Amino acid sequence: MATVAANSATVAHAEEHDHHEPQSFWRTYIFSEDHKTIAKQYLISGIFWSIIGISLSVMFRLQLGFPAMKLDFLRPILGNWINETGKLDPDFYLALVTMHGTIMVFFVLTAGLSGTFSNFLIPLQVGARDMASGFLNMLSYWFFFLASVIMLGSLFIETGPAAGGWVIYPPLSALPQAHKGSELGMTLWLISMALFIVSQLLGGINYITTVINLRTRGMSFSKLPLTIWAFFLTAVLGLISFPVLLSAALLLIFDRSFGTSFYLSEIYIKGEALPNVGGSPILFQHLFWFLGHPEVYIVLLPALGMTSEIIATNSRKPIFGYRAMIASMMGIAFLAFIVWAHHMFVTGMNPFLGSIFMFLTLIIAVPSAVKAFNYITTLWRGNIRFTPAMLFSIGLVSFFISGGLTGIILGNSALDIQLHDTYFVVAHFHLVMGAASAFGLLAGVYHWFPKMFGRMLNEKLGYVHFWLTFIGIYLVFFPMHYIGISGFPRRYYAFTSYDFTKNIFADMNSFISLAAIFTFTAQWIFIWNFVYSMFKGRKAPQNPWKSNTLEWTAPINPGHGNWPGEIPAVYRWAYDYSKPGAKDDFIPQNVPYSQTPESNLPHENELIGLEKEIEAQNLNDQFKQPH
Amino acid sequence: MVISRMASVVQTASGPVDEDRIGMSNRLNAGMMVVFFVVGLIAAIWSFLHARQFFLPEAASPHGRHTDFLFWLSMSIITVAFIVTNALLFFFAWRYQYRPGHKASYYPENHKLELIWTVIPAVVMALLVFTGWRAWRDIMAEAPENAQVFELVGKQFNWIARYPGVDNNKLGAFNYKLIDSNNETGIDYTDESSFDDFVSTSELHIPVNKPILLKIRARDVLHSVFIPHLRVKMDAVPGMPTRFQFTADKTTDEMKNITGNPNFTYEIACTEVCGQGHFSMRIRLVVEDEASWQAWCKEQKPLLSSSPELASRIPANLKAKAAKYLSAPETAAPADTTTASIVKNGETVATASVR
Repeated sequence: MATVAANSATVAHAEEHDHHEPQSFWRTYIFSEDHKTIAKQYLISGIFWSIIGISLSVMFRLQLGFPAMKLDFLRPILGNWINETGKLDPDFYLALVTMHGTIMVFFVLTAGLSGTFSNFLIPLQVGARDMASGFLNMLSYWFFFLASVIMLGSLFIETGPAAGGWVIYPPLSALPQAHKGSELGMTLWLISMALFIVSQLLGGINYITTVINLRTRGMSFSKLPLTIWAFFLTAVLGLISFPVLLSAALLLIFDRSFGTSFYLSEIYIKGEALPNVGGSPILFQHLFWFLGHPEVYIVLLPALGMTSEIIATNSRKPIFGYRAMIASMMGIAFLAFIVWAHHMFVTGMNPFLGSIFMFLTLIIAVPSAVKAFNYITTLWRGNIRFTPAMLFSIGLVSFFISGGLTGIILGNSALDIQLHDTYFVVAHFHLVMGAASAFGLLAGVYHWFPKMFGRMLNEKLGYVHFWLTFIGIYLVFFPMHYIGISGFPRRYYAFTSYDFTKNIFADMNSFISLAAIFTFTAQWIFIWNFVYSMFKGRKAPQNPWKSNTLEWTAPINPGHGNWPGEIPAVYRWAYDYSKPGAKDDFIPQNVPYSQTPESNLPHENELIGLEKEIEAQNLNDQFKQPH
Repeated sequence: MVISRMASVVQTASGPVDEDRIGMSNRLNAGMMVVFFVVGLIAAIWSFLHARQFFLPEAASPHGRHTDFLFWLSMSIITVAFIVTNALLFFFAWRYQYRPGHKASYYPENHKLELIWTVIPAVVMALLVFTGWRAWRDIMAEAPENAQVFELVGKQFNWIARYPGVDNNKLGAFNYKLIDSNNETGIDYTDESSFDDFVSTSELHIPVNKPILLKIRARDVLHSVFIPHLRVKMDAVPGMPTRFQFTADKTTDEMKNITGNPNFTYEIACTEVCGQGHFSMRIRLVVEDEASWQAWCKEQKPLLSSSPELASRIPANLKAKAAKYLSAPETAAPADTTTASIVKNGETVATASVR
């Protein structure tokens, strides 16, 4: 079966096979089918989007932190969204919140993170020439690009972009008369997201196929680095859940444009009773969160996978509990599908469902706790090198713990009554999903930059970037819990309408805004480092972190097909660090046990006999397929 | 001590470039880990104590005090976990920093340890789930028979409170197609329970220490009823009425004393984004003792009396029953003939319509 699939997958490559003459500029850099180029395209798009997404948050933080501030200086960018008195338009405030969420969740942490590292690392770490289908991979990026163009364009139209929150709950999002952001902006949002989902599905199919079919000789599932396990499970999650979001979006498009009533019922708005009856806004919420919750893990799992790799490498220790890590990721991936309604405890959903979903939700804390403990134990008695990637990984673990713990409170339906849709929720998910995944992304960039660009990022700048960002993010989101516990609802333009929010925490909100601006500013250190090092950085050595995984056996600037000759075979797992008896403190995956008799464990000596067998296999090299 | 440390720095500094890089920066970063944890923890404790006065504003409902207790119970458990795990993370990072010539332990797994830290969170979770589930079950239980009914209707951008009136505890039927500027909640006047219903957009008055059943609906888009001091939150969904039952056990006046704020007032907010005015959908909630609540209700005029147009919607067979709500002395007296005919027609058919 696998062989057949691999064969058919290679057909797309037939053309390129063994052609090593340089391709045109367009085929090399723009419409490239090479996974490494596509990864870089995703990375640079992701960085671009993150600048936009974070800028939007800084704008609404100005409103929240300094409600009396004159924002006239933003008029060159925002135009009439700053009114005559220099105040931010309340409609546009909601648009900013909405677009910040949409951009950060989908365009930065899904496309930017998974798109970059799944593309870049899957072929290099499993030992493949490229993705199963380079063409679909290219298509995936360009669908994403098209989605990006439309989403970006929606920021500039007169009625503004979508503004009903990133969850776009109907009827608000379905009725153009209900809100400015539900006019053209919402249409563009839906079109853009539909294209985005297509892009995700094309990418996801490719990741899954590649991991299953194109592993090199000896690379069994039990030898896969945890990064690959994470990307693989992420792709499965996406492939199952994104189509549900597509259907939710399609039905919403029907409701908006073709007069259907999937989500609409008994509505009287703007002096008019609408004819729609029988629909349910709750249906949309179920469909949305059926993606929406797995989405949390779609952004988080790749970050956790990369962190496992980086922490093991830089602690010079095997990751603690390799199998437990896989099992917990599988557990999380499975549970991710059956907890979605914890976002809906107080929507009027049957309380019995609430009980069930509370139970399922709190189970997910167990595999998450196992992961956190395993990271900490990996550090224990290590020999830690604080590369910038390592620092960001440790930061990730801290955010994952701090943000994850408050999930125990929010997952409890009785406690969620008071805290639902308050800043407590905002603080929770920004730490556990936003900051943790962003740190995974940054850790990944610092760690694999040498492989991507053949040069090193400046480490000193990396340290400064880490500490400023790490401190900054805690300063932003830790106090936000306090505001949430005091009952401040989210998505409020101002807190002046209520006695219970009026005269308190104004200073805290200003502080949070200042911390956000501080953190945002610190990111320019990274941007500068990234751009400068891409061209002028120190030349990277072959294996700068003394790492075991396969990508470091490829040339410093891997060309088409990644390895010039044979793809290396794999004999051992990726975590033979500081093995007793070994000469060096790392043994790469492609070193056979027969060459390391001094460090082999008893059961590994028995595996020496299998090496001939492994070497004889050569099913998966796309360059060796008959065609 | 200091000198030897200095000497070792100088020594590593003069060593190979690579080793130096690992040496100095590594030590600095490792040290920062501990500094960050200690300073961060102090900052967290200080800010917590500072902000604490505003946490979970005084609960004025029994279920609210129960969930507050569970909140602080969960909070203490996660705070312990937070401090312990972060402490280990940062301490290990510092303690096991790179040392030249040192080799890390090859320690790939320990099933016993893994089992322990799988079981402990599982047991703690089970405990929290069980307590949480019991609280949830009680809060979401059916309201008792004698619960006083109110209705809150959300629209862009205010709440409309509807009372079942003085004569019975029944809200009249409604239909969204009947909504207009005279009848903002779409009360259906073919239902005789509607006749004494009255509405308010500025205040919701409820009696203290009496079970309340709040019926919730929305006219246009999603809204969500949030009464912070009562720990009440429930979405208002167009086309799908929702409900929340609770008891308020402190009157507004009592809360003034407890909070020390002479201007204290209960408030109802919206917590589901609903458009431009989402942040200002305030309606005041007044909790008072039963007697003054009854007296207040008696002063209110049924919506029916507000407009002759509404009265004309009453089917002929019920006009007699509606008459007493229309003949309030302040109401501009309708033409005599009309009133008479209502009575006349009503009397004949009223008996027939008894269900």
